[in-house]
Amino acid sequence: MNEPDSAHGAVSVDAITLSAELAGEADAVASADVAEYALWLGDDALVLAQQLGWWISRAPELEEDVALGNIGLDLIGHARSLLRYAGTATGRTEDDLAYWRDEPEFRSAWLFEQPNGDFAHTIARQLIASVYLVELYSRLRASQDATLAAIAAKAVKEVDYHRDHATQWTLRLALGTEESRRRMTLALADLWPYVDELFVDEPLVDRLEGVAVRPSTIRPAFDAVIDSVLAEAELVRPAGFIAAGGGRVGRHFSTLGYILAEMQVLARQHPGASW
Amino acid sequence: MVTRAWTVAATIVDPEIPVLTIEDLGILRAVEEDGSAVRVSITPTYSGCPAVEAIRDDVTDALRASGYEEVTVELVLAPAWTTDWMTEKGKQKLRQYGIAAPSGLAAARPSGPVRLALAVKCPRCDSLDTREIARFGSTSCKALYECRACLEPFDYFKVL
Repeated sequence: MNEPDSAHGAVSVDAITLSAELAGEADAVASADVAEYALWLGDDALVLAQQLGWWISRAPELEEDVALGNIGLDLIGHARSLLRYAGTATGRTEDDLAYWRDEPEFRSAWLFEQPNGDFAHTIARQLIASVYLVELYSRLRASQDATLAAIAAKAVKEVDYHRDHATQWTLRLALGTEESRRRMTLALADLWPYVDELFVDEPLVDRLEGVAVRPSTIRPAFDAVIDSVLAEAELVRPAGFIAAGGGRVGRHFSTLGYILAEMQVLARQHPGASW
Repeated sequence: MVTRAWTVAATIVDPEIPVLTIEDLGILRAVEEDGSAVRVSITPTYSGCPAVEAIRDDVTDALRASGYEEVTVELVLAPAWTTDWMTEKGKQKLRQYGIAAPSGLAAARPSGPVRLALAVKCPRCDSLDTREIARFGSTSCKALYECRACLEPFDYFKVL
């Protein structure tokens, strides 16, 4: 053990890590506000990805196991880039943020924390989430923050496919059998109360003019796309109560604790483990 | 300008589609040489693509084996990768491998939630009479199709 490097000859060790460079602007350090905003988006993606992973081996058909798994993988990619960037503000890694924060430190919105339910509930959640994310990322491409803009330009092309997938299934379920239509209608009604939270302009957004996308400005475009899908699916946009929300300030839906417990248990039982 | 380091890096294949090199895929973005030091920039196809880490390691190993002492592989997200960067040679290799190449250009891909798409040609019998079985196939970058003419299923590399 005297010369641990001798087996490798006279080569220098590359000081590179994957996560440190994923975001395109390798040396960029996020301000506290930008980091908080990156947590909003990163936690939405992470929580949704974790939930979609549950479907692998449980979806109605093998192709859907694969589809939902792949959609989750894209979202993990977005979460990694966003959390890595958020971590630069406080010297934490993406893994520190994913595995070692507790519920109140997460910033995900309630929509993403809604249970998988039956397949129709997952599809309704996917429809709302992906329509929202396409509108969000297509605008975030113009952010004055080069790292956020780079992550968004990459992500928007992927969530566009997620929206396509959710749209196809919404149509198939809504226009399929009496039972599939009943379930799709019910699912949409169950998920709709969590839509409004996505478009609330928190004070953080005022401080990030030109950097963050102002949520309220996406709403008209979101509504237009949703309405066109629902019209084709012969569904009506639900009305009714609006959930309290509060994810952006760390108040969460009751499910988040369970989601995090499953996601974090291994990392916390074996700190620093790798394979 | 094609440098020696580029030629070495360009031999690395995608572990998920081993007929395609990273040059064919268009994910090899830049190779800067400075004496025995080399800096390579690659871009992931999809944000969550797990092949990226293997490709990074393979590029590093290949360049070291070719005598470069200081190898840095940088992963860049911007500009975002598109299937439009895949070379013609790469598309041809894909078809020979049994995977349908991207049909049309990403820049011309129609937008909107309910869209029409160009027909996908069967890589086995060249028929355009094919149908999509699943939008997401064995990896994020592929969809699963079936040919109505020769009845064989096949992978299709989606336009991104």
